[in-house]
Amino acid sequence: MPLLEIIQLKKKYLTPSGHEQLVLDVPSFSMQAGQQVALSGESGSGKTTFLHVVAGILPADTGSVLLNERDVQGMPEPMRDQLRANHIGYIFQTFNLLQGYTCLENVLLGMSFGPGVDRPYALQLLKRVGMEHCRDYYPRQLSTGQQQRIAVARALANRPSLVLADEPTGNLDTKHAAEALALIRATCRENEAALLLVSHDQMILKAFGACHDFSNFNKANTGEAKA
Amino acid sequence: MTILSMVFRSLRQHLLSTVITSLSIALAAGLILSVWVIKDQSNATFTGVDAGFDAVLGARSSKLQLVLNAIFHLEASPGNLAWEDYLEIQEHPGVAHAIPIAVGDNYRGYRLVGVLPELFTETQFSEGNAYTLKPGGRLMAPDRREAVVGSFAATRLKLKPGDTFHPYHGLLFDEKKQHAETYVVVGVLEPTNTPADQVIWIPITGLQLMSGHDPKAATDISAVLVKLRNPQAGFRLDMMYNKQGNRLTFAWPIQRIMALLFDKISWFDRVLEIVAILVAVVAAGSVLTGIYNSMNERKRDIAILRALGARRRVIFGSIVLESTLISLLGMFVGFALYAIIFTTAARVIQLQTGVVLDLWTWHPALVWTPLCMVALGAITGCIPAIKAYRTHVADHLIPTS
Repeated sequence: MPLLEIIQLKKKYLTPSGHEQLVLDVPSFSMQAGQQVALSGESGSGKTTFLHVVAGILPADTGSVLLNERDVQGMPEPMRDQLRANHIGYIFQTFNLLQGYTCLENVLLGMSFGPGVDRPYALQLLKRVGMEHCRDYYPRQLSTGQQQRIAVARALANRPSLVLADEPTGNLDTKHAAEALALIRATCRENEAALLLVSHDQMILKAFGACHDFSNFNKANTGEAKA
Repeated sequence: MTILSMVFRSLRQHLLSTVITSLSIALAAGLILSVWVIKDQSNATFTGVDAGFDAVLGARSSKLQLVLNAIFHLEASPGNLAWEDYLEIQEHPGVAHAIPIAVGDNYRGYRLVGVLPELFTETQFSEGNAYTLKPGGRLMAPDRREAVVGSFAATRLKLKPGDTFHPYHGLLFDEKKQHAETYVVVGVLEPTNTPADQVIWIPITGLQLMSGHDPKAATDISAVLVKLRNPQAGFRLDMMYNKQGNRLTFAWPIQRIMALLFDKISWFDRVLEIVAILVAVVAAGSVLTGIYNSMNERKRDIAILRALGARRRVIFGSIVLESTLISLLGMFVGFALYAIIFTTAARVIQLQTGVVLDLWTWHPALVWTPLCMVALGAITGCIPAIKAYRTHVADHLIPTS
């Protein structure tokens, strides 16, 4: 049984001119537990929207997103929030660390909406990503590479079964991007979490064994759509 | 990490806004508490002050002026009455005690009141409270130039037994109007927390015969303080002096006359109340605008929290809790502000009247003001909380420059 299965997923946006624009049309997509998959695609191809729908941040118009056989899209919003907190880790291109919180607090905050705060595990994660010494630093006191490491630790805070990574190296230089990608993949593997990564960076995608063109899955014409 | 710790971090992150809005709440709370407590306590205290007497007999005038002059030692004497008038009311069967007083001089702004020593030996300044002298003092002899000084006046004038002073003519201090007589302080009263503390008491003959006073009025007095045997006597004397006579005024009962004064100025209380409530509304508005205006910069944080799994109700609750805590913080400062305003006002009132207000006296406003202010903070917090509740997660996960 796949960890993630998507069936007949469609999502439309309303354009400023009032017309409906089909952004996602994914007839089927699936991932096994622990699998690491990269999706490539141009900017505006709907990759971010796809991840938002998978995470339950955005509702789909039609179709199903089955995570561990539970239909994310069929759930009421509070249940989707709970599922996201417990089972999905999210790594953003812009890291999205909360500036008012220290590195450790950012990781603990990731835990607080899920199964519960586990401080020793948070410290263990910081140690794993090489940021234990910066636990009391605020994000603004860190380099972009260091911020990305904290974001990785936060994404793994609730021992998720699926980690979604949206252009996770987009703000990093080539050297740090390769390091960050290796770290994300390694930590996901160690935590037995599946990884679904989207990027348009071919160099990063080459490092992935399983890399798929998103347009092979998404039948919508999203040339001018919001992504 | 609890919702409370999230809120504390937010308060810390928006420290300036937190401090300013809390101060506006504090100002409102301090004003509301001060207005209500000082107003009600003044009312209760002033209408409760009667120097241990039921009525004042004086020259034909307003009852209020008589009471203010004879009991509160404020205002000018409306005129004199003859010694025979004192003797007449003293012998009335309905009168328990009658003590004549004479005023007209001061020492450095503190009023000299000529009185019989019986005031201190036979009457009480309030139910169950007799006048007592501080150790080392004694009462003045009725035929000597001796003085007993009220505790507040003694402190302010730095007078103690053995000190001497020259009285000044009139109720207002004018150093050119010094009398030649020298008075010796022989005692200082223990505090009574009444206007008696503001007075320098001398024998009534001393004041009547002071150099420079009209010799023809040497036996006149300013008023008679009257303690009745029963309320019926008050009705009879009221009929006799106020309705059947037209030469003297019988001000009775003292407490109702003071209550009427407060009724007359109750419009001013209303104005103060309205101002205080308006300040509270403005303060609540500042909480609202403070948080509401910061919502734009918070939207990304809210979106991140939502992406991490925070439910909408958690976000809503955190904003409401934040505004509630701002109000609570404001209330703590508000109590400190109230203490400052109250203490200052009480000092002014004591300086002017001798009446003492007590900061620690219970008043319902001490409970309902914080409750209302905190509730107001929570309610106003709902508006930005609704905005936070509706924040679109996907739209705000991407930073805006």
